[in-house]
Amino acid sequence: MIGYILSRLIRAVATLLITVTLVFLFIRFSGDPAAALVPPDAPQEVIDQYARAMGLDQPIWVQYTGYVGGLLQGDFGFSIHTGLAVEEVFLARLPHTLELGLTALAMAIAIGIPVGAIAAIRRGSALDRFVMAFSVFAFAMPNFLFGLLMILIAALVFGTFLGGDSASVLWPALTLGLAAMGSFARFTRSSVLETINAPYMRAAEARGVPFRLRLIRHAAPNAAIPLVTLIGLSLGALVAGSVVTEQVFAWPGVGQLLVRSVATRDLAQVQFLVLVVAFTMVLANLLVDFLYLLIDPRIRAS
Amino acid sequence: MTDVTAARARPAIPLSVKLAMGFVALFVLFALFGHALTPHGFRDTSLFDRLKPPGTEGYPLGTDARGRDLLARLVTGAQITLVVAIVGTLIGAILGSLLGILAAARRGKTEAVIVAAIDVQASLPIIIVALFMLAMFDNSFTLFLLLVGLNGWEVYARLMRGATLQAKESGYVTAIRALGASPARIYLRHVLPNILNIALVQFTVNLPLTILLETALSFLGLGVQPPLTSLGQIMSEGRDRLMTAWWLTLLPGAIIFCLALSVSMIGDWLRDRLDPTLRSER
Repeated sequence: MIGYILSRLIRAVATLLITVTLVFLFIRFSGDPAAALVPPDAPQEVIDQYARAMGLDQPIWVQYTGYVGGLLQGDFGFSIHTGLAVEEVFLARLPHTLELGLTALAMAIAIGIPVGAIAAIRRGSALDRFVMAFSVFAFAMPNFLFGLLMILIAALVFGTFLGGDSASVLWPALTLGLAAMGSFARFTRSSVLETINAPYMRAAEARGVPFRLRLIRHAAPNAAIPLVTLIGLSLGALVAGSVVTEQVFAWPGVGQLLVRSVATRDLAQVQFLVLVVAFTMVLANLLVDFLYLLIDPRIRAS
Repeated sequence: MTDVTAARARPAIPLSVKLAMGFVALFVLFALFGHALTPHGFRDTSLFDRLKPPGTEGYPLGTDARGRDLLARLVTGAQITLVVAIVGTLIGAILGSLLGILAAARRGKTEAVIVAAIDVQASLPIIIVALFMLAMFDNSFTLFLLLVGLNGWEVYARLMRGATLQAKESGYVTAIRALGASPARIYLRHVLPNILNIALVQFTVNLPLTILLETALSFLGLGVQPPLTSLGQIMSEGRDRLMTAWWLTLLPGAIIFCLALSVSMIGDWLRDRLDPTLRSER
């Protein structure tokens, strides 16, 4: 088990290091950073002076160790757009994105999982077919279209504008969480179907365990194991979805910051946000792996 | 008994899948021949015909803020979306499958590098990678196509690596190797056809995701750039006039939704037929 934890940790650190290296190489070789800072008609001496000041005349590995060392000490660079440190700009927006993302995840779990479980228990009923249709609908619905539809309906029916930081988080969160809700419902359904037909369930039935107790005691814990992975994996989809959703609802979060920074080519800001996403995802995957150890005795044994 | 085998060999196509196939066929025909439906080009502006609603004389689907015919724009948008979806999905499928097979065939360092690359890609949503690249490089259609093509390559690589490792253990590979076949011949002529089903199933899962990625990036204004257009880009341009000119966002939006829905329904059905162990309805 110690070996399992160690190998996961090493893999996570290696993944992060490779990501940092790739980001460094792409930024370094996509253009001349010194030339990008000065006006286009600046003489070559001025560009060289900037390059020396930024350490661009050093060998590449010196620049690389400097870059990684800077990251480790919390020196992430400055946004050319605002002049502030990139992490300050990010931290100012983070609460909005966390509010949106956590609400979306809570909605997806609170609706998707029970609905999928009920569909499995009432397999073949009209409700089951409805849940399956809903999951296909949620998968194919682009979140920008769903968001715009909600804005339109709210404006026409209720005469209110959904958007900006004063508006309710519920509508953007529903937009962001819709796809995850559909996939949770579908996955829970197949996971529960698999467990309620398992031999241990028939054994429990033969022992005279009542239906309800069979579900809660025997089916639910086994069906929950793959769901942990699914929730961990849905983080990537939530991060990706928040970029679009925040744009649609003018939600002042990190996703909107990323799109704006890309459009204005604020490279320091963009690279910081990319590294933050990579770090979050690697950490989340690590947590899922460790959670597995806690809830699945089979892995602990091996 | 014969009835059962016949039913298994050719199961009836459900009505929903037939409708989905019909929509996809209609969409392809619309993209290929739609320009015959309108005399206007997709870039022709007309200042006298700005923001006409659908049903206006000469403009059956209305016009945008610059008086361009929405029907003509939707046809061009459909063409671009179709090309990006198919070429993009193919790039990811071929790249990922080849890397997966290579990793399993060579083992050792090659495999370690490819598995590390899979881990890195899995920790970064493709839209974030695409945004990072678009911040550094000038947006061109080729770059955009390549970025969209990266969508999901790591899934193919992971699946094909697993399947190749399994095939390596099987008798037929040992037999062919004993006959003196070269590795390229073993893996491309014999192993690949045997595990192609897996990539094909993944292709149908990825195709709607690629369509949604392209339209989302174009909607953000960071995908297909004017003068070209795509369904997402038309929506992006019409967004600010949602209340006054709904047709500019809702018509392309409805096409994207129906297309993604149809393709994923056909994909689900194909997956059930090609791979009974992955049956979504168990």
